[in-house]
Formats: sequence, structure tokens, C-alpha cells
Amino acid sequence: MEIPNDLHYTIEHEWVRMKNNRATIGITDFAQGQLGDVVFVELPAEGTELTKGSPFGVVESVKTVSDIYAPVTAKVVKVNKDLESQPELVNSDPYGQGWMIEIEFLNSNPEQNLLSAAQYIEQCKDQE
Amino acid sequence: MRFIPHTEQDIREMLETIGVQNVDQLFAGIPDNLQLGNKHLDLPPALSEIEVISALRQIQMRNPDPEETSSFLGAGAYRHYSPAVIASLIQRGEFSTSYTPYQAEVSQGTLQAIFEFQTMITMLTGMDVANASMYDGASALAEAVLMSNRINKQKEYLIASSVHPEYRQTTETYLRGTDLRLINVPYSSDGKTDFEFIRANLNDRTSAVILQSPNFFGIVEEYEQLGRELKDQNTLLIVVVVEPLSLGILKPPGEREADIVVGEAQSFGLPVSYGGPYAGFFATRKKFVRQIPGRLAGETIDRKGRRSFVLTLSTREQFIRREKATSNICTNQGLCMLAVTIYLAVMGKQGLRELALLNLRKADYLKNKLSKMKGFSVRFNSDTFNEVVLRCPRPATEVRDALLEYNILAGLPLGDYYQELADSLLICTTELNTVEAIDRLAEKLGTV
Repeated sequence: MEIPNDLHYTIEHEWVRMKNNRATIGITDFAQGQLGDVVFVELPAEGTELTKGSPFGVVESVKTVSDIYAPVTAKVVKVNKDLESQPELVNSDPYGQGWMIEIEFLNSNPEQNLLSAAQYIEQCKDQE
Repeated sequence: MRFIPHTEQDIREMLETIGVQNVDQLFAGIPDNLQLGNKHLDLPPALSEIEVISALRQIQMRNPDPEETSSFLGAGAYRHYSPAVIASLIQRGEFSTSYTPYQAEVSQGTLQAIFEFQTMITMLTGMDVANASMYDGASALAEAVLMSNRINKQKEYLIASSVHPEYRQTTETYLRGTDLRLINVPYSSDGKTDFEFIRANLNDRTSAVILQSPNFFGIVEEYEQLGRELKDQNTLLIVVVVEPLSLGILKPPGEREADIVVGEAQSFGLPVSYGGPYAGFFATRKKFVRQIPGRLAGETIDRKGRRSFVLTLSTREQFIRREKATSNICTNQGLCMLAVTIYLAVMGKQGLRELALLNLRKADYLKNKLSKMKGFSVRFNSDTFNEVVLRCPRPATEVRDALLEYNILAGLPLGDYYQELADSLLICTTELNTVEAIDRLAEKLGTV
């Protein structure tokens, strides 16, 4: 299981890659492994405002459907359109081509309550 | 599939596990006065089979005998001829006893029937995808309203008052406890929906506009232009088709900008019956497929490459997705849907068209005949299919009662649904109403 050190995480298994006042968001390697083959990803429209902790999208696998939760309060500036036709990118490259949305922070202190890689690994151990 | 009841030992173990002494304790929460306990129900003495049949027949005879009665009732339930092949096929044990086809490997017949039903509904409505059927047309409309909210998150609906009144009631019931709101759109003097009212009341909270065509007054609505305007607004157009035989000759809603098409398939091989069972249909655009309520059958290939059928996109559904499912309907009207499928296969495209034309001509004959009668007039001057609203010289309920004396069900008095139409009867004519019966209706109406 790959948990890159330079990212932030949530207990709901999203990862956040911060860059200035923006960030890219996806789901973790652990999450894609638990879900199994992803067949559909539903994402919000660009411009949608997200509230930290509330669902902003849906990942559907052959086994189940899960909500994706907003790790931070933010505005969606870009959506990964490739996932419409290639949802399997979430499985094959969860931290790269399988990214889901790019956002612009709407509050200060976006890191607050997010987990470090080490903290997230602890979380996953509990759930395995 | 066998039914295996719990053994005494099973029951004992289950009670032990949850720490309860006996089964009665499970019902301890029900107040004493509501519990039957050792009391006996006040029932009449048991009857023999012969006596039961005789008693039921006595009750049945209190209804007018449909064979002896000349009926012009429509209003959402239509008398059409049902070819004998339907009854003989749906009574086959493989169909009449089948259960929800979760196990594709033992349910190919049922799944194929569902797939064919869905295909026929898409052809009829001009839409991309249809589900395996709903309880009835009214609940299908309620589900369409909920789906529209899932798609665009908006909460107001402009619903034509010429949508079947009971469909509107059912939808209201579904919406109780939600913050979704129906706004009634009045009808114009020609019986069509007032589109100017819709245009004036559309706003960015409007989730969908809901129209019925032919509408409750039997009138064909022309909504193509309106549908195009809604596209710019991100407002959906839901079209209700209560008499789908009309689609034998009318341009399908899918070619007229509809986003969701729902309706009642009873016309296709199901007898008119108080309370059903009927079969609702539900069709939409492919882009909305993940928001559809209920079952969907799909075509696929098995591991040997053979054509086969499965339930598909089930992750929308309650048995997988629990409270986040698109709907709590986890079933379909299997047997009724099968009757509809066989009916449509037997009729074919040409047969359906000819039957629709026959209905139209019969209704036109009736319309002409009755409108020339003194004291009577056609209430709305618009194109109709097989129903028409007739204005009477007396309250419509009196006219109905008077004609019942001659074993004629003259139609539905509209006053219960539309106060201002208390003088009007909604009259339906299908292929089962002969010219002689129409003439007799006219003759007896002349005497009231």
C-alpha cells in the first residue's frame, strides 16, 4: 500500500495535495483497494462550493457505492474529465491520473484536522 | 424455491441469543388493549368452499356486470381488448411464480422479458433507457419528481392541473415531509395547459415542469417549444402518458424534448381493475441512468460468449446502497409487465398504430354526435385522442345516475376534481365501444 509522505489525508480516505491556495483531491490507494474495480465516478460541476465534511461526489465500484467527502471548505476549480471514460484510473494511479478535483480554499488554515501520512497509516491499520 | 420454517430449536436459540424468555415478550411493547392475546376474533362460522364461492358471487353481483354494461369510463383506466395469448402465457408457472431475478443463472426467462419490456418502452416513448416497471403510473410520476431533484437539486415543480388528479395526490403524498413543493399550473379556456403561466413562474429554483399528454381532459398538449426553453434553464421536462395507446399515432415525448417520461401501461393487455395491479413505466435519457429508481435489466455475454441478461447498475438500489439508494422501490410489476410485453409484441408497430387510429375515429364519431345534441357541447375546443369532456345541461352526476338506469356508464363527472366542471362528463371511447353503443348513449343522453 502506497501512502505518499507529502500529502494530507482524511479519515474518510481522501488525499489532499496542497499548492499555495489550491489543492488536488483524490482517494487513497487503501480506499481504491477496499472498493475494488471502480466503474463510475460522479463529480461536482466546476464552480461548486464544498463544505468540509459533506459529500461532494460518488465512487461506484463493482461491489459498492461510496460517497467522497470534502476534506476542506473550498470551491471546485477543475474536475478530472478523464474519469468519465476511464474510471479505472482511480485504481491504477490513485495519486496521479486518478485525481478527482482541484479546489481553491475558502477558509484559512486548510490543514486543520487533516492527517499526516503517518497518522493516516495508523488509521488504516485499525480498519484492516 | 422451498420455504423452510424455523424449528422449535431455532426459535429457542434466537430467543436465548437476544436474552428474551419467550416469543410473547417480543410484543410486550404493544399496549394490552391492542393485543388479541387469548381473545377470539368475532368471526362468522366457517363456510364450505361452495358457500364461500356463493357468498363472493353475491358480493360481485353488486357491481355492474361489465359484459352487460355499456361503459364510457376512461380517466386513467382504459378498456381495451386483451388477446387470449396473454392470459395463457403469463399463467405459465415459470412466469407466474418467479421471484426477483437476483440469480441471473436461474432467471434468464424473467430477465429477458424485463429487457424486452424496457426496449419496447424506449421505442414507444422515444427515450434512451427504461426501467423494469413501477407500481403504477402515479407512483412512477412521484419517483420522476424525486429523480429530478437528485439531478438538479432544485425544489419547486410546476405541475399542470390537467395531470391526472390522483397522480397529483400520490405525488403530494410522496413529497410529504420533504421540502419539495408542487405549484399548480392552471389550464386555459381550450383545456390545454397555460404555458404563459409556466413561463412567468419559471425561476432558478424550478426543478421540473410536469405535463400530461393527452392530458386528463383527453387533449393533446404541444410542448416541444416549451421543452426547448426549459433546456436553457436547467429545468427538466417530465411528461406523463396515462393512455400510452396514444403513442401509436402521436410523436413520442422523446422527440419532443422530454427528459423523463412516465406513465401507466394498463392499456396494454391489463384489465381495468379497481386499485390494480397495473404497471407503471419510467423512461429517461442515458445521461440520467444512474439516477433512475428501481430495477434495470441489461444485456451482456456469459463466460462462453453467449447472449444473456442480468440486473444491472444495482449499486443505485436499496439492497446495496441502503438509505442513499435512488428509491425504496426494490421490485417491479413482474407479471403485469410481462402481459404488457406480450401485448406489444402481438400488436407490433403497425397494429398499435391501427388500434390508435380506430380509437381516435370512434372518439371523433362520438364527439361529433354528442356536440350536435341540444343542451350538450364539447367543453374544450382542442385536439383530443380517445377522450372528450362533454358539457351537460344538468349536473354531470345526475346525468351519470340517469344513464346508469339504462346500464350505461356514461363517463366520469368532473366536479369532484374540478369544481368549475361540475356540469361536465369525461367520456372515453375505445375499440370496445361499438357505433351502436355510441348511438344508444346519444339517444339516452337526449332523454335526461
